[in-house]
Amino acid sequence: MQDLSRFPLELTGDDVPMVRFQQVRKSYGSLTVLDNLDLDVAPGEMVTIIGPSGSGKTTVLRMLMTLETINGGVIYVDGKPLTHMPKGGKLVPANERHLRNRRADIGMCFQHFNLFPHMTALENCMEGPVHVLGLTKAEARDRSEDLLELVGMIDKKDQHPSRLSGGQQQRVAIARALAMRPKVMLFDEVTSALDPEVIGEVTNVIRGLVDEHNLTMLMVTHQMGFARDISDRVCFFYAGRIEEQGTPADLFGNPQKERTQQFLSAVKEAV
Amino acid sequence: MSLIDFVAQFWPRLLSGAGVTVAQFLLAAVLGVAISLFMGLMKLSTNPLLKGAAVTYIEIFRGTSLVVQLYWIFFVLPLFGITIEKFTAGYIAVGMNIGAYGAELVRGGILSVPKGQWEASLAINMSPAQRMRRIILPQALVNMLPPWGNLMIELLKGTALVSLISVADLMFQARQINATTFLSAQVFGAALIIYYILARFFVTPLMRWLERTMSRKMGKV
Amino acid sequence: MFEWKWDFVWEIMPRLIEATGNTLLAAGAGYAIAVVLGLALALGQRTPYAVVTFVVREFVEFIRSTPLILQIFFVFYVGPQFGIRLSPWMSGMIAIGLHYACYLSEVYRGGIESVAKGQWEAATALNMTTAQKYRRIIIPQAIPPALAGMGNYLVGIFKDTPMLSVIGVAELIHTANAIGSENYRFLEPYTMVGIIFLAISLPAAGLIRLFEGRVRRKLGL
Repeated sequence: MQDLSRFPLELTGDDVPMVRFQQVRKSYGSLTVLDNLDLDVAPGEMVTIIGPSGSGKTTVLRMLMTLETINGGVIYVDGKPLTHMPKGGKLVPANERHLRNRRADIGMCFQHFNLFPHMTALENCMEGPVHVLGLTKAEARDRSEDLLELVGMIDKKDQHPSRLSGGQQQRVAIARALAMRPKVMLFDEVTSALDPEVIGEVTNVIRGLVDEHNLTMLMVTHQMGFARDISDRVCFFYAGRIEEQGTPADLFGNPQKERTQQFLSAVKEAV
Repeated sequence: MSLIDFVAQFWPRLLSGAGVTVAQFLLAAVLGVAISLFMGLMKLSTNPLLKGAAVTYIEIFRGTSLVVQLYWIFFVLPLFGITIEKFTAGYIAVGMNIGAYGAELVRGGILSVPKGQWEASLAINMSPAQRMRRIILPQALVNMLPPWGNLMIELLKGTALVSLISVADLMFQARQINATTFLSAQVFGAALIIYYILARFFVTPLMRWLERTMSRKMGKV
Repeated sequence: MFEWKWDFVWEIMPRLIEATGNTLLAAGAGYAIAVVLGLALALGQRTPYAVVTFVVREFVEFIRSTPLILQIFFVFYVGPQFGIRLSPWMSGMIAIGLHYACYLSEVYRGGIESVAKGQWEAATALNMTTAQKYRRIIIPQAIPPALAGMGNYLVGIFKDTPMLSVIGVAELIHTANAIGSENYRFLEPYTMVGIIFLAISLPAAGLIRLFEGRVRRKLGL
């Protein structure tokens, strides 16, 4: 059992980050996926994670959504520990109750959308607000219809996912996640499973969110142009660590590390 | 009386019953496999007469109950001059019943062999019989063995019904002992355990072994 | 040669029809028990507690590997040994319901496992409780792929009801036995029972397939 005494029970001060990974470790058996990761994301910041496959970038998002457990360190969301909870003046691993409480701050969109196939687009969006947040059906419908309007899917609200294209499904999935009013939104390779011609409709929706909402966002993507356009900061992951990070202009325009240069030129060649 | 005392006292009758059960199982299995193969192939035939006969057989035996079939074979057939001794009637009924289910497995297994295999064997000019025997059936067999494992358990359980026409199998012996001693928990409990042992440590391992052997022969590891 | 007598058939039809009602009632009630209990047995194998999973798993295996007719006797006769008297109907429903619950638990398990992992993750991302995940997201998607198997076992339980005759439930075979021994004529009662079984189970299988298609469409799958 690791010593958790050096981790604060709560983050305080003037500029508490919305998300903090502190000394986070993740391994599967002998394979280390993340190696003492430290990463802060400020409120309202859009951080994009890039890197070769197997570098642990998706794991970062999945840990934050509590889909993966962590083997060391603590993750904080909005100043409070997510993976742990205070008990008797120190941190102990979170129980299901604590996780349920803290997960309310986080929303996620997946590579393969993961819409519920037995529900229409509207029902997908209303599901969480009604059954988890306890809204009335009318409230949930209003909220969901507004969001479907925002992502341009209001015309298809009564369709089941099987009748929608990939791009349309992903837009519904974004509306579904937003309907929970999260503080942090996670986008895990949301364009990777899409046909090239519909990628734009999804990236445009995300662009709109960056412009109009004060959401904190973490995104994993292979769309370098998109990352460059919308990110406040880009992190290049390599072998479970942040190899280099900076503004898009710096990282894409003037990468310092050799591995970053190699990766970026390989990606450029592929395009 | 504890279960151990009970078994110590009645083991000869339980054992002889189990022996009859195993014999019924083996005979019905042989008959069932043979019927499955015939009916499965017939159902795939393009000859409407053969196909119709197979469909009728399969639907009748799957659509009615094994108890009904057993009674019909044992009590009704003699009225038409066909008298079958009860031991034989028992495994014939169980085998014919299982054969109808097995026929569907054979049919499914054959259909699961990729079309390219038919075409390739045609391309080297094999006769239809050769194609079926040398190319298709071996591959079909590997594909259908896992569901046959379940069917064999059903077959073993099915043999318990032959007690209804007084074949002295394990079920029959258990009922007899129960009728004279009223030690119901002991006798039916012991019988349940014996059936479980037969299924779990006899039938299932045998079918697993067959699966492994066949896969190895097919070059699948 | 024994002759088929239509007069006799008409004479016994009212009793056979009444018995058909009992058979359908037994199948329906047994199935209702199995549907609910089966879900409990399936979920019992998905708790975080390895011991619970192991015990439930072994129990299901045991029931599935041993003959239903023996289980019917066990439930019927063991109760009185300990001072609990169960009616034939009650014992029969417990035994047949439990037996098919074990089969259905496997069908449910397959259905639950067929739901994509991403569905669980999306439900977690919406911050649902485990109960909500099952009830709202997983079970609705697990049912359609399970429908075919559930339908097969509905027909299966119907065909297994004749076993209830051994403890005196007045279903079709029990009635046919009684008619046969009263009149010394077995041809007509057993044949008619066979025909009744066919007349119900064949259309039922077709209806179930129809129903399955409708449910799938309704759920947009």
